[in-house]
Amino acid sequence: MNAKIADRIATAVFVLIALLLVFILVGLVGYLMWRGLPHISWHFLTSPPAFSEAGGGIGPQLFNSIYVLFLTMLLTVPIGVGGGIFLAEYAGDGWLTRFLRSAIEVLSSLPSIVVGLFGLLVFVQYTGWGYTILGGALALMLFNLPLMVRTSEEAIRSVPRDQKEASLALGVSHWRTITSVLLPSALPGIVTGAILTAGRAFGEAAALMFTAGMSSSRVDFTDWNPFSPLSPLNPMRSGETLAVNIWKVSSEGLVPDAREIAAGASALLVIVVLVFNLLARFLSRWLYKKMTASSS
Amino acid sequence: MSLPATRSPELKTNPSHMKFEKLRGTFGYSLTILSVFIILLAVISIYIFVFSKGLSTFFVDKLHLWDFLSGTEWNPTRSEEAGGPVFGVFAFIYGSFVVTFLAAAIAAPIGIGSAIFMTEIAPKWGRKLLQPVVELLVGIPSVVYGFTGLTLLVPFIREHIGGLGFSLLAGVIVLSIMILPTITSISVDTLLTVSPEIKAGSYALGATRWQTIWRLIMRASAPGFVTAVIFGMARAFGEALAVQMVIGNSKRMPTSLLDPGSTITSVITMNMGNTVPGTLENNVLWSLALILLLMSTVFIFAVRLIGQRGRLMS
Repeated sequence: MNAKIADRIATAVFVLIALLLVFILVGLVGYLMWRGLPHISWHFLTSPPAFSEAGGGIGPQLFNSIYVLFLTMLLTVPIGVGGGIFLAEYAGDGWLTRFLRSAIEVLSSLPSIVVGLFGLLVFVQYTGWGYTILGGALALMLFNLPLMVRTSEEAIRSVPRDQKEASLALGVSHWRTITSVLLPSALPGIVTGAILTAGRAFGEAAALMFTAGMSSSRVDFTDWNPFSPLSPLNPMRSGETLAVNIWKVSSEGLVPDAREIAAGASALLVIVVLVFNLLARFLSRWLYKKMTASSS
Repeated sequence: MSLPATRSPELKTNPSHMKFEKLRGTFGYSLTILSVFIILLAVISIYIFVFSKGLSTFFVDKLHLWDFLSGTEWNPTRSEEAGGPVFGVFAFIYGSFVVTFLAAAIAAPIGIGSAIFMTEIAPKWGRKLLQPVVELLVGIPSVVYGFTGLTLLVPFIREHIGGLGFSLLAGVIVLSIMILPTITSISVDTLLTVSPEIKAGSYALGATRWQTIWRLIMRASAPGFVTAVIFGMARAFGEALAVQMVIGNSKRMPTSLLDPGSTITSVITMNMGNTVPGTLENNVLWSLALILLLMSTVFIFAVRLIGQRGRLMS
């Protein structure tokens, strides 16, 4: 039976390919943990980088990453959800909507370095700000908006029609139906989208190296007034993030332990991405359960 | 149950309340319009800015388009006696296309194969196992891929295959792993749309699983697979840091896969921070960015075209 033998061989090949995929992930994560975990310590996570000797940390970069992420999400979530509401509830079928959808598609597939270059031109040079954390957050916002818009639109669209119609039939206005019926039901989907967006933003480097800069300005971690120039919260200072730091120390690192720093930072980045992924999974499941239980 | 004889006074429509609700509605609508406007403004201005900067190399600095695209010599610091600086970017364009196509050639069979495994061979546990694997691979940041390439792949190539290790080959392998999850997840989406009746019909006629996959499922999903590979190529073409870290950044034309080279993105990454805005060398980098932008637009429209043809066929 020739066909049966061919079928067996094909099945074996597909199993091998699937195993290869698993092996790539396990190998990659395993390698990063093996290289990086031994270097992660409290000292490494909190102390400032050294200039020429070994033993420096990634404290400011870690803080900058979290701060850039926070500002990015602060901008991305409202605008993204707003865009999602527009596309799911208000947009018609005209040429303007089609143009808008194409624009979002184009933006979502732009290479991140192009977004970074645009940020360099607009948020760094034209505004005269120089390299700033705010500029980085704005560039990341542009980069992440399409994903946020798409997930919000899908989440709103997946709310059963009956719920919306019941609300409208009760005489509730369209906008109030959106805010008190559609958005709460769509929340699990929106939260998942936001966390996945955050994971992407946390690891992004190409869009940030020319906007938030490749150096961390001197900061004073006792000064929390956002308007003070030395404050870590000042959004108008340059702020190298963790991902940019990995690139910088790997390609032009001057310290003797550059490889170890990059390894530790890479492991940390992967751990954060893993946590975000798990969080998205569990939080959306938990929210979904909570929503459906309370509405029945 | 009997209905109340008279409506309770609270249910009566209150005109001022209605007016307030209407105002809220208009306000909310305007907010969503504003969000959409910001997105449109961003996309349009990205195109305008990159075009105007990228074209100034040819209109302001009067560089010949053909010399720029086909030249293989890149020397921004060549002395005036030798003819002044030259900017030929053919080696970088060539590098970008070579690594993109080879990465797609490696990743396409593995990605499509994994997708078939997830949907046809082991639809239950196979998907449960591989779905998270694919999602995690997507989530790993590109600098981490670059770091792994730099510390694992480059030494491996240097010791076991030859050359410096920093090479087109290293770039190809790193990119193929990076685009693998993209190709896999879009292929899975395509395969899930193949109707179960067709499959059941094929099995009922006595076809083996492989015959069903090869003759029906693969054919029905072909446009989707092409879309998946194009998305993967778009990602590979635009990837900057991971490639820059392993490819060697040589400005010369590579003659073998083991030679170091450059891509459009790696040259921009290396030089954009070190050049002064407005100078010819800086404008040339913007022209390279323009090529990137155009290519990413071409990829999008290719996907659209395939989508429309697929719809016509079915």
